[in-house]
Amino acid sequence: MLRTWMREGNHWVWFNAMAVAISLLAVIGLISFIVFKGMGHFWPKDIHAYTVQDGQGGTVQLIGELHRRSDRVEGNIKEGVTHVPQLLVKVGNRDIFGADFKWVDEHAVIKDITAKDLIMVERYEWGNLYGRLKSVTLGDGMTVTGNQAWDTFQQLIERHTELHKQIVRIQKHEIGAINAGVEQLRLDRRRLELDNKLTEQAIAKLDEKRRQLDGEYQTLLTQMRQLEQTASALGKAQIEIMTGDVVTLPIDKIVESVMPNAMTLTEKFGHYFHRIWVFLSDDPREANTEGGIFPAIFGTVTMVFIMTVLVMPFGVVAAVYLREYAKDGWITRAVRISVNNLAGVPSIVYGVFGLGFFVYVLGHNIDQLFYQEALPAPTFGTPGLLWAALTLALLTLPVVIVSTEEGLARVPRAMREGSLALGATKIETLWNTVLPIASPAIMTGLILAIARAAGEVAPLMLVGVVKLAPSLPVDSIAPYIHLDRKIMHLGFHINDVGFQSPNVEAAQPLVYATAFLLVLIIIALNITAITIRNRLRERFKSVDN
Amino acid sequence: MSSTALQMQSARRERMRGYKDFIAKYAIGIGGMAVIGAVLLMMFFFFYQVAPLFSSATMEKVATYDRPGQSKTVMLAVDEYQDTALRITEDAKIVFFKAKTGELVETISLPVAEGVAVSSYHVLDDADGQVALGLSNGQLLLAEYGFAVSYVDGVRQIKPRFSYPLGEAPMVMDAQGRALAHVSGRASGDTMVLVGSPKGAPVVEFRAFELKKAMFSDEVSLEQVAANQVPLAFVPEWVKVDGMNDWFYAIDSTGDMQVFSIRNVDAPKDYARLNTLPVDGKEKRQLTSVNFLLGGISLLLGEESGKLTQWFPVRDANNQFTFQAVRDFDEQSAAITDMAVEQRRKGFVLSDASGHVGVYHATAHRVVGLEQVAQSAITNIAMTPRADGFLAEDQQGKMHLWSLENEHPEVSFEVLWQKVWYEGYAKPDYIWQSSSSASDFEPKFSLAPLAFGTLKAAFYAMLFAVPIAIMAAMFAGFFMAPKMRQAVKPTIELLEALPTVILGFLAGLWLAPYLEKHMPSFFLLVLLMPLMVFIFGYLWSRFPEAIRNRVPDGWQAALLIPVLLLSVLIAVWLDDPVEHLLFAGDMPMWLTNVAGIDYDQRNALVVGIAMGLAVIPIIFSIAEDAIYNVPRHQVNGSLALGATPWQTMVGVVLPTASPGLFSATMIGLGRAVGETMIVLMATGNTAVMDIDIFNGLRTLSANIAVEMPESEVGSTHYRVLFLAALVLFMFTFFFNTIAETVRQRMLKRYGAL
Repeated sequence: MLRTWMREGNHWVWFNAMAVAISLLAVIGLISFIVFKGMGHFWPKDIHAYTVQDGQGGTVQLIGELHRRSDRVEGNIKEGVTHVPQLLVKVGNRDIFGADFKWVDEHAVIKDITAKDLIMVERYEWGNLYGRLKSVTLGDGMTVTGNQAWDTFQQLIERHTELHKQIVRIQKHEIGAINAGVEQLRLDRRRLELDNKLTEQAIAKLDEKRRQLDGEYQTLLTQMRQLEQTASALGKAQIEIMTGDVVTLPIDKIVESVMPNAMTLTEKFGHYFHRIWVFLSDDPREANTEGGIFPAIFGTVTMVFIMTVLVMPFGVVAAVYLREYAKDGWITRAVRISVNNLAGVPSIVYGVFGLGFFVYVLGHNIDQLFYQEALPAPTFGTPGLLWAALTLALLTLPVVIVSTEEGLARVPRAMREGSLALGATKIETLWNTVLPIASPAIMTGLILAIARAAGEVAPLMLVGVVKLAPSLPVDSIAPYIHLDRKIMHLGFHINDVGFQSPNVEAAQPLVYATAFLLVLIIIALNITAITIRNRLRERFKSVDN
Repeated sequence: MSSTALQMQSARRERMRGYKDFIAKYAIGIGGMAVIGAVLLMMFFFFYQVAPLFSSATMEKVATYDRPGQSKTVMLAVDEYQDTALRITEDAKIVFFKAKTGELVETISLPVAEGVAVSSYHVLDDADGQVALGLSNGQLLLAEYGFAVSYVDGVRQIKPRFSYPLGEAPMVMDAQGRALAHVSGRASGDTMVLVGSPKGAPVVEFRAFELKKAMFSDEVSLEQVAANQVPLAFVPEWVKVDGMNDWFYAIDSTGDMQVFSIRNVDAPKDYARLNTLPVDGKEKRQLTSVNFLLGGISLLLGEESGKLTQWFPVRDANNQFTFQAVRDFDEQSAAITDMAVEQRRKGFVLSDASGHVGVYHATAHRVVGLEQVAQSAITNIAMTPRADGFLAEDQQGKMHLWSLENEHPEVSFEVLWQKVWYEGYAKPDYIWQSSSSASDFEPKFSLAPLAFGTLKAAFYAMLFAVPIAIMAAMFAGFFMAPKMRQAVKPTIELLEALPTVILGFLAGLWLAPYLEKHMPSFFLLVLLMPLMVFIFGYLWSRFPEAIRNRVPDGWQAALLIPVLLLSVLIAVWLDDPVEHLLFAGDMPMWLTNVAGIDYDQRNALVVGIAMGLAVIPIIFSIAEDAIYNVPRHQVNGSLALGATPWQTMVGVVLPTASPGLFSATMIGLGRAVGETMIVLMATGNTAVMDIDIFNGLRTLSANIAVEMPESEVGSTHYRVLFLAALVLFMFTFFFNTIAETVRQRMLKRYGAL
């Protein structure tokens, strides 16, 4: 029986089916893994208070979140090895303990309680703090203890958050604008000097402007100092940490504080979405390992947008040329070979080209011609947004060309001929008939190009993406879109935080969350593109018949 | 409006339409050409960046003039801008002159007694201009020369200076007052070693000093810590102290060499004796010039025949040093009279008795230029600090200033692709090590380990991806139910859209540590999966029809998902027992200690799996198209003749689709070769040449990503990275072209069917 079954090759069919199943499992497994890990990060985890034997007869207390489980190897290879299960506890308080995490042997844990009064405090510096709130001292010296302490604590934090927002606004936007103005004045002066037009009059005018800016700066500075004073006078919280010591924490060092063990499910969900929002809308802190990823999202979107503007005309024109104008001959063949090769070239090679040609040749010459006043500091002669977008435009050009060509090929001959027969010129036919019909295909190409560009990292590492950009590429200072600025990027953020950060273990959940966001964006883009393409195909099936 | 006006208007509009059409035609044509332009520009730009690596040096005469000043030249030096030069002459004078005209600037007398001549010199430090001068009365004088640069109204002014920071008084080396025929020495850290050998005597006077810095000023003084007279086996022609104060070498013109270890300055140890000029049957060989290369490790021995040999100490397994001839240069045909070494690279120039000057690079084993500079023998040659020119003096008292354009002598075919013997290494090897903090560092630009790493990563990725992708394509394109296919194909293709940075991150931070802990479960899974599937498949055929008929044909893959999940569970469950049973409880440890295989956490296996996952959808997609497009009538014919589906697959479908499968594999390979982020994150990026699956690797692409941002524009390193990118470009160009050609052929064949 078995022999016949095998002679017919049935087992091979099953093996083939296995390959499909493996591929499917890999895709689904990968995506669910990222979703699970990425979404889990924001859930308010319970805080445990472990009582652990310290190995010398005594016990110590550990307060923190259970980060993950693992095991450690004991013994050596000759006498046999045993694996001892361990817990990795995130105990926070990096400023006191030196590290965020502690390993504990599972069998050494004698008591594990999740007391309701345990709190987690997220701070602007030094990461989280875990412990119990003892009392809150207000700015006027009044001390609140007991049940009211928590409510007062929350109110104070809320008030500080408001103040903090105002301070950041002044610091980043208004003072930033003044600094940009001062820099501009310096450049203007240098420009005039280079043109030999630096007259007494001009100097006086520049100095006048400078004085004006200085005045504004002083006003803002006083304003900011006042706010900071108010913030620091809000009060202090006394928190008992796991060693039993009481730590005094000024309110203006606190981002937020929660009591997860006492939260109801609804509260947890509320907090969950709040944290997702913070993640999406906040700036990163602590070498990118905490806070949000807003600049990375913003940088990615801006760069992709500029890339789209650059790649679309070129891609569409090239496809139209290939499909509508070119006669079959060596030129067409050469273009096709070029497109094919562009598609096959490794992305890092584009990066090298972008750096060598765009940045160092084009950028350098642009600086020499138009930004002489800023030299020797390069303006465009250094990696930046424009070059990143241009490099990716080159990289995604084949995607747009191939997709547009496919769309053009699907436009029925009858429509073209109809238009020509009515006396329209070729370009009129193209513009009014062919391109509108093929527009979904062009859209598909663009979306696929965007998806590709959003996920590409290797070339960007060379042409303009940095781990931490001081300012966004678009802001309220003229010329509003700063093509010369360096940007942050989601994909690079993953690489950087996951591999280069000083605290990889603590940053990992954030990396998973970023990865999840990136996957979400790219899958959404791809599904949109595929849907549009399928619809297009369906529509012209009926026309063809 | 009259009808003529209307007609005119209409005619004008017609004309405008014509123009528009005309303009559009050319504008679009130009747009199409721009794509070719972009590809050509890329290609051209890469070659343009790489070409200077392989070009020769250009040597040009700047000036020739009569020697300024009197007496014989002992030492020559030129400043950084080729503005001022100096001669230290035998009659104890320092003559400063304009390097381009020979115009005398200043003549200074050395602070020595009347009638004392300078008999030998040694440059202790190029950067500070520190020299040791051996005198005819057996004394030694330490001095410093320099060229102070200042700008007056934006015009550069060079003012030469000559000073004695360690005191004007010469120190006595030979108590008997014989002339010092040779002096040498080296200051490293706060110790200084000086040696001198009296004329005609087989001894070397050896002195070691400690440099004492004064408390409140920059003044430095010497405190003698050791003084020895070292007897030699012969009368030396050259005495040289190496760059680390480890050795000094005494050499005579017959090539006899005696090496002393001076790690212990109190007792220089006679370490080795050898002859550097083995007689090879032909005429007698003779040494005519000896010098150290930059860094003071390699000795360059120039011969009467114009040949030059590079020697350096090589440490063996027992920590003993042997002195080896590493490479030789045999370009010049007259006796080597003098040599000058570059101060920032491992390059040097040789002058010979026929007036020729050759420009060389040691590591690259390359002659970058050779020109006739003088009509008679050149007696002295000096190089500018930037290695962009040299000053030579010939026997007839003429000075020759030449400029030298020699940007990239460090690269040669040998350096890039062959084994090279580097200073400090036990044997020739392939090594990539592009930069270091030390200024006398020997850059190692071997692309071989990087290309090897690239192919290794691609190989393991393909090993994982090809079977899965092709088999999945076979099932999806032939056996699978159409409804399932509609869902499965886009799902697998979704994997292609997944950014590789995410795959790399998961591989590096999750898979690599996981595999390290649960290595056996992976291998168990590889064994278990086919076994379980086989058993399940057979059992399925034995199932009652009622159950079997519920699942339509072509849905086997869906049935297998629980089976596979079950085998994953079993593999994970068996992991610990198997590890204890076979691998003493810890497989990586077992591999290192028992099997003797080095285990890196981020190894080729991890890369293979991660990059395999990235490549599977590409191969799958193209291969599936090829199988799906096999003409239906062929398949039906085979089935009608009684072949089973699998027999039809093997006998009819596969042969027809094989070009498509091949082309799919090639495109996948091209992708694997160029992939950057996965290898960057999932390997340790160590440039080793080792095919072992548990070892790390470094690929061309990852190397570019790591080093490109830090490399200086236009430097050799920068251009070598461009070359790496070009190699990558060529690799993928090659694979893509093969794939495309095969695919075109296949399309033609399908057209015929």
